[in-house]
Amino acid sequence: MEFIRNFPFFSVAVFLFSAVICSVLKPRAARIWTTAAEAVVLAFSLSVLIYTTSGDTFFRYNMGHFDAPWSNQLRAGPVEALAATSFSYVLLMSHIGGIRYAKADIEPKKQSAYCTLLNLVGAALMALSYTNDLFTGYVFLEILTLSSCGVLVIRRAGRTALAATRYMVINLLGSGLFLLGTCLFYGITGHLLMEYIRDGVATLEVTGDYAVPLTVTIGLVCAGLAIKSGLFPFHTWMPDTYGTATPTSSAVLSGIVSKGYIFLLIKIIYRVVGVDSAAMTSARHILYVFGIAGIIMGSIWAMQSAHLNRMIAYSSAAQIGYVFVGIGLGGQAGFTAALFQIIAHGLCKPLLFLSGARLSEASGDSTEFADLQGAAHRNKPAGLAFAVGALSMVGIPTLAGFAVKLFFAAAAVEHGLLVDIATLTALALSTLLNALYFVRTVIRIYTPSGNAPTNGAFAPTDGESARTRDPGLIAAAVGLTAGILLLGLMPGVVSGIISRGLALFA
Amino acid sequence: MSIRDKLSALLGFDIDFDAPVPPRKTETAAEQTPDEWRFSRRIMRAGGRRLGAIYKILGVICSVVLMSTLLLTVAGMPRYGVDQEYMDTVTYEYISHGMEYTGAVNIVSGIILEYRAFDTLGESFVLFCAVSCVLALLRADGADSEPERVEYRDISCDPILRRTMRAVVPIVLLYGAYVLLFGHLSPGGGFSGGAVIGAALIMIASAYGEDVSGRILTERVFKTVTTCALSFYCLGKSYTFYTGANGLHSVIGNGTPGNILSAGLIMPLNVAVGMVVACTIYGMYRMIGQRRF
Repeated sequence: MEFIRNFPFFSVAVFLFSAVICSVLKPRAARIWTTAAEAVVLAFSLSVLIYTTSGDTFFRYNMGHFDAPWSNQLRAGPVEALAATSFSYVLLMSHIGGIRYAKADIEPKKQSAYCTLLNLVGAALMALSYTNDLFTGYVFLEILTLSSCGVLVIRRAGRTALAATRYMVINLLGSGLFLLGTCLFYGITGHLLMEYIRDGVATLEVTGDYAVPLTVTIGLVCAGLAIKSGLFPFHTWMPDTYGTATPTSSAVLSGIVSKGYIFLLIKIIYRVVGVDSAAMTSARHILYVFGIAGIIMGSIWAMQSAHLNRMIAYSSAAQIGYVFVGIGLGGQAGFTAALFQIIAHGLCKPLLFLSGARLSEASGDSTEFADLQGAAHRNKPAGLAFAVGALSMVGIPTLAGFAVKLFFAAAAVEHGLLVDIATLTALALSTLLNALYFVRTVIRIYTPSGNAPTNGAFAPTDGESARTRDPGLIAAAVGLTAGILLLGLMPGVVSGIISRGLALFA
Repeated sequence: MSIRDKLSALLGFDIDFDAPVPPRKTETAAEQTPDEWRFSRRIMRAGGRRLGAIYKILGVICSVVLMSTLLLTVAGMPRYGVDQEYMDTVTYEYISHGMEYTGAVNIVSGIILEYRAFDTLGESFVLFCAVSCVLALLRADGADSEPERVEYRDISCDPILRRTMRAVVPIVLLYGAYVLLFGHLSPGGGFSGGAVIGAALIMIASAYGEDVSGRILTERVFKTVTTCALSFYCLGKSYTFYTGANGLHSVIGNGTPGNILSAGLIMPLNVAVGMVVACTIYGMYRMIGQRRF
């Protein structure tokens, strides 16, 4: 066996091992170690991506000395490798971009614990990307839930405890439903490995046995993962959560953690139940309706909020709606759009959170729009980064958001008139609302604050913190912007990988 | 004894006068009023009690629907052990060849630490993750430590409790060690044995107070044990996964099933998992009760 086939397993193991190591390291050493681990895993994921796409192939990896149905198994193809690459890239960027805030926000004795938790987030995301076993998926789903709650609550400020409690309750509800679904799958098929469950499900659909349990199981799994990823109307934890956490945590939570759950859902649709399954089709239609509702309601709430962080958080609720619309539309085009959106939004949201934190720091630590006036002049790199992220969310050509909207429109056209009209209307309305609140924000931060009314003791002239350089943030902003431009200018590269990967995925 | 020490003794935790002030301004609840809730709040005021009643009724309806759906599902499931002939290939394999291939007389240990060892690796990291989260949440740290401690009646000087514990704790510890070490031969294993040992540590702490138990398991010991156990699990199992997946010969043999030194890595892994579980249980008890080790 070629050595490169070990890399998916190494990606998980490196993160797990470095989580243990970080818990005993000093804060500085832990930060360096974590960054190194993230870089190494990124290199692993990238090599697996190149290996699988160049050979147009996928491979399975037995975890131990036993063959397929008896033991745990990993599986890596282009889609899995692409997800792992994008997750590890965003994790690395969010971490280095937010290091300065993490140092200030988190008490010194907890800094190593923060690195431990980030490593565990990484391990869980890698395992969710590569696992070929439903129960392994559940175990690492739990690690992801716990560690993301940890990175959220580690900053003790304002509403974090309340936000974390709400996040935990909703997430545990989702985990509970998913666990029930996993158990029922095992009960009716006798397997936990994805291909074997699918064979069992296909047999059951032909014979018509256990029709009620099968339908309920699919419903439970879909509902559990939709709740965990924050689909409307289960998005209520988002604004408080993303609004109060330290920027790295907000970036990681919104950029990749919720995407990890959705990736597992797509995997289940393709590899556990089968795309053409009748029960799954009706479940996807329900997800589609909630996705459309999420797009519109998320945008409306985002427009109403007076705080930068809350606005970005509500816009996340809308963007998660996009992914579910893609899943609901189905077909090659729909899933390509959904996966493309997972990657594009994973790059945009961290950029917005990190640069938004920098802008509010340059405005006396206020996130209110009134105080943010002229912030882009006080900190030019952050202003530019925010503008790129915001314009990409609106869907300006050459940026990733434009390609996303194009893929969704293309996917919608393949369906009937009603779906077509609904999707395109939602797209148009969301673009309009996005433009209203994001362009408004960009204009505000670029309007000179000459004699702007500020409501607070903040005087725009003192720029002590704004003048200090933050190389980590600049590196992260450059990295994320490069990703957004790559997706926007050459969407065909990524969508080509996705569509060829989806053919191998099933 | 300085004022600082006296105050520390009185309040029960270390006071650091020189601790730095939190560097960044933090948003308080008042500053972060969610504006977009105003609308719903207005509805709530207008609808008042009636809306609350509707909310409750809807909640009950949702629960009843979910309950009846799940009951219907259970009624439609395959009957256990009767209808499952075509789907019990995995179970059959585990029961018929489990002992031969893993060397463990206790098939459950063989399944969780050999066949499905990756899941169990994840499970022990769930525990580790939980402890890290509790540390992140509760750890009192210098300036931010909270002055109000939960007041509870100190029962640690109670003579009856101490006498009883003196008799019971050694037996419990011994039993825990037995469950750990014989996990591959008889019912038991890392998770159950670790829970027993953790319970014994909590008994010591509640009978003899935190001074005595603090001397037995300091934060240093806790960290060392957890780190060593998890690193051993991580590296040991990685070796098995690596050799297994690459079709290489593993130097770890199965031995003779039934011997205490058999079943490859299962016994050491049980001990490692047990250590992590015991430390987790005891650590959570200390953190939630005392906010520090």
